[in-house]
Amino acid sequence: MATETKPTTALKGGEFLIKETEAQSIFIPEQWNEEQKMIAQSCADFLTQEVYPNIEKIDAQEPGLIVKLLNKAADLGLLGLSVPEQYGGFEKDFVTGMLATEVLGAGYSFAVAISAHTGIGTLPILYYGNEAQKKKYIPKLASGEWKACYCLTEPSAGSDANSGKTKAILSADGKHYILNGQKMWITNGGFADVFTVFAKIDNDENLSAFIVEKSFGGITLNPEEHKMGIKGSSTRQVFFNDCKVPVENLLSDRQNGFKIAVNILNLGRVKLGAAAIGAAKQVATKAIQYANERNQFGRPISKYGAIRYKLAEQAIRIYAVEAAVYRASQNIEDAIIALEAGGMEKGKAMLKGVEQFAPEAAILKVAGSEALDYVVDEGVQIYGGMGYSADAPMDRAYRDSRINRIFEGTNEINRMLTVDMMLKRAMKGELDLMGPATKIAGELMSIPDLGGEDTTLFSAEKKYLKNFKKAVLMVAGSAAQKLMMELSKEQEVLMNIADMLIDLYVSESVQLRVEKLVSMHGEKNCQEQIDIMRVYLNDAADRIHKNGKEAINSYSSGDEQRMMLMGLKRFTKTEPFNAKDARRRVAAKLISENKYCY
Amino acid sequence: MKFLVCISQVPDTTTKITFTPDKKAFNAQGVQFIINPYDEIALTRALELKEALGGTVTVINVGQTNTEPNLRKALAIGADDAIRVNAEPTDAYFVAFQIAEVAKKNSYDIILTGKESIDYNGGQVPTMLGEFLGLPSVSVATKLDVNGSVATLEREIDGGKEILEAKLPFVAGAQKGMAEPRIPNMRGIMTARTKPLAVVEPAACEMLSSSAQFDLPAAKGECKMIDPNNVGELVNLLHTEAKVI
Ligand SMILES: Cc1cc2nc3c(=O)[nH]c(=O)nc-3n(C[C@H](O)[C@H](O)[C@H](O)COP(=O)(O)OP(=O)(O)OC[C@H]3O[C@@H](n4cnc5c(N)ncnc54)[C@H](O)[C@@H]3O)c2cc1C
Repeated sequence: MATETKPTTALKGGEFLIKETEAQSIFIPEQWNEEQKMIAQSCADFLTQEVYPNIEKIDAQEPGLIVKLLNKAADLGLLGLSVPEQYGGFEKDFVTGMLATEVLGAGYSFAVAISAHTGIGTLPILYYGNEAQKKKYIPKLASGEWKACYCLTEPSAGSDANSGKTKAILSADGKHYILNGQKMWITNGGFADVFTVFAKIDNDENLSAFIVEKSFGGITLNPEEHKMGIKGSSTRQVFFNDCKVPVENLLSDRQNGFKIAVNILNLGRVKLGAAAIGAAKQVATKAIQYANERNQFGRPISKYGAIRYKLAEQAIRIYAVEAAVYRASQNIEDAIIALEAGGMEKGKAMLKGVEQFAPEAAILKVAGSEALDYVVDEGVQIYGGMGYSADAPMDRAYRDSRINRIFEGTNEINRMLTVDMMLKRAMKGELDLMGPATKIAGELMSIPDLGGEDTTLFSAEKKYLKNFKKAVLMVAGSAAQKLMMELSKEQEVLMNIADMLIDLYVSESVQLRVEKLVSMHGEKNCQEQIDIMRVYLNDAADRIHKNGKEAINSYSSGDEQRMMLMGLKRFTKTEPFNAKDARRRVAAKLISENKYCY
Repeated sequence: MKFLVCISQVPDTTTKITFTPDKKAFNAQGVQFIINPYDEIALTRALELKEALGGTVTVINVGQTNTEPNLRKALAIGADDAIRVNAEPTDAYFVAFQIAEVAKKNSYDIILTGKESIDYNGGQVPTMLGEFLGLPSVSVATKLDVNGSVATLEREIDGGKEILEAKLPFVAGAQKGMAEPRIPNMRGIMTARTKPLAVVEPAACEMLSSSAQFDLPAAKGECKMIDPNNVGELVNLLHTEAKVI
């Protein structure tokens, strides 16, 4: 198991906004056990031995290569890591699964191929299949004998996935569904043996899902798409022309497809956050090494403050989002264990556990993909002209990163989902947002509580976080009240609130991580981590202020506006802090270790 | 066939080397240790031979508890059991002596080590082991095959290769080429936990050497550019400053 310390008062998904978390209750990456480290090392060794030496050939889509590599990964057991033993897997817990995903995330196109197979390819059957379906397909997918893909998107149905036109009609003899339609952007489409296909039966309003084998016939593929990045990942259009699917291959209930799609994406979003961290760490290491080697004006460019700033900031963002990824992953794992203990079947518990933390999953997807994009962008910059060379490593990293903001739900869709899910939960009475929001409205009228002089470690940051929560609650609460049903049309405001939530969740996660770390290793040994945390929180305060101000100014006026702006200022106030020196200290260690080292 | 493979752990190759303030020891704080790459080659070849000929592969390490993760890794790669001699591996003599003491109590057919460990690069353990055990010892072997009770080994020599035969039992130090290291698979990792790892106390042994002081190589100085027409100055500087002529 990942942790020895089990949380006593586990928060539910979304409750981070209204409740406080004990540092000791979260899982932090500094706690990996021996077995987890070994699994991570095997994943890293696999990339070093099998993937990196072949990376050019992979991107040129050398025929059969990616399939061969998936088979080799299967020999190591990497395709069955999270699959239950009874279906030929290794039944590793959720957090360990995320660790493997993180490490493999540094594998460029190969990372996309393996992640699509083990994630959106395998999981719909594993979690929604009946016993016969699971017995038939999962062992073959876990062993790599069959490869899988997931067919949801269509030319006219992307973000609006439920609007797909692919049709399924029951055959006259009642034995088959006849599938007709066109799917687009299908990862692993070129070589998959098993397709999870979403289609509407007759004139249903909602999608249903089907397990389709290539061997059923009636499936044709367009040539490979020409892409900006992840060029080695197979991406195809898939056509279904009177494809005959046995009725027993309907996955779950009729019209349950959209729910399947949403829940599988929830999981995929946490995975994407983890994979982004793995990719980013590798890029950061390359950038540090290049900065140490490259001399200009007689010294390594890592001696220059402008470059140190970038190196530090790469590490700060990685460290903070990583804290959030594993905090949420352990929360999900704990929720799964609790549901199983309550008698729920494992697959269902898994989905329910992830669903509980769907707002966090959307946050991780956005935060992870955007942290990675920052890291690769500055990676190119640190490499200078070499960053722009297609023969140097930053080019691929830069291009491959970009897709992460688009698939698994675009970042805009995920931002909207984050707010939407929180508000819906509030409306259903599952998440008490209005109580705390009203209290804050009251606080705005009162004289600010200046508080005592608490100078213990983390006391300032804990106060900041309490205030950030107030800022988000004030803005989200007033926006919901003022705009009511119109809020969903005021997407700019939704984006502001989503960004505030993301900043809150990630800042709180990094603060908790460092607090726990200090309790393990002592303050003296965690100086740079404390710096990382402080820089992140200081910047987050400014961003939260800006987003809050934009939102408030868009829907309020007069006294109310003035009062809220004043409140916002109070809630995002930070003490003077020398971020320059803190970043220098963070960078100094990176430079001396010559690799990402936090 | 019974194999004994000697496993040492070494700092990860990206480690920045520093010493303790008194300069008497390597500063291991925060350092990640890996299985010595040449030992991993030896282990892999032992496993390949075991798979072909049957038998057991035991791994042994002279070290403190902090080496156990790497012994577990050796078990995950496929070794059957592990022995840790609970002592600081002070020098090659001490390590070879301790391994020989264990080997004497179990009759191994083939004892493999790496040709050297990549930390102190002494390269003496395989030869000393042969001496302590009264067995033939082949160092820096790039190939190892077994046919009945005779093994064929290859060594690279200047401009060619040397092919040797050795009767079992014997000791050999593995060089690159003997095998391609294996990545531990999930099954191996999960069964590693259940495989035996015995801890034995060291036998009394004389200490023949100790480290007096460690120093890093002097940092490279600034590069001085001299005008190509000014050979006189160059010669002068090489003589008085660089002191190489
Ligand atoms: C390389 C690659 C691999 C992929 N792999 C798969 C796969 O394996 N299986 C699969 O099913 N799909 C896959 N996809 C599809 C992917 O999930 C979609 O591209 C994505 O969901 C976006 O849909 P779209 O491309 O139609 O963009 P659109 O939905 O047209 O979006 C265009 C822009 O409009 C914005 N937008 C859309 N709707 C709204 C709204 N309501 N409010 C505000 N903004 C909005 C979006 O955020 C985006 O910025 C893949 C895509 C790519 C590029």
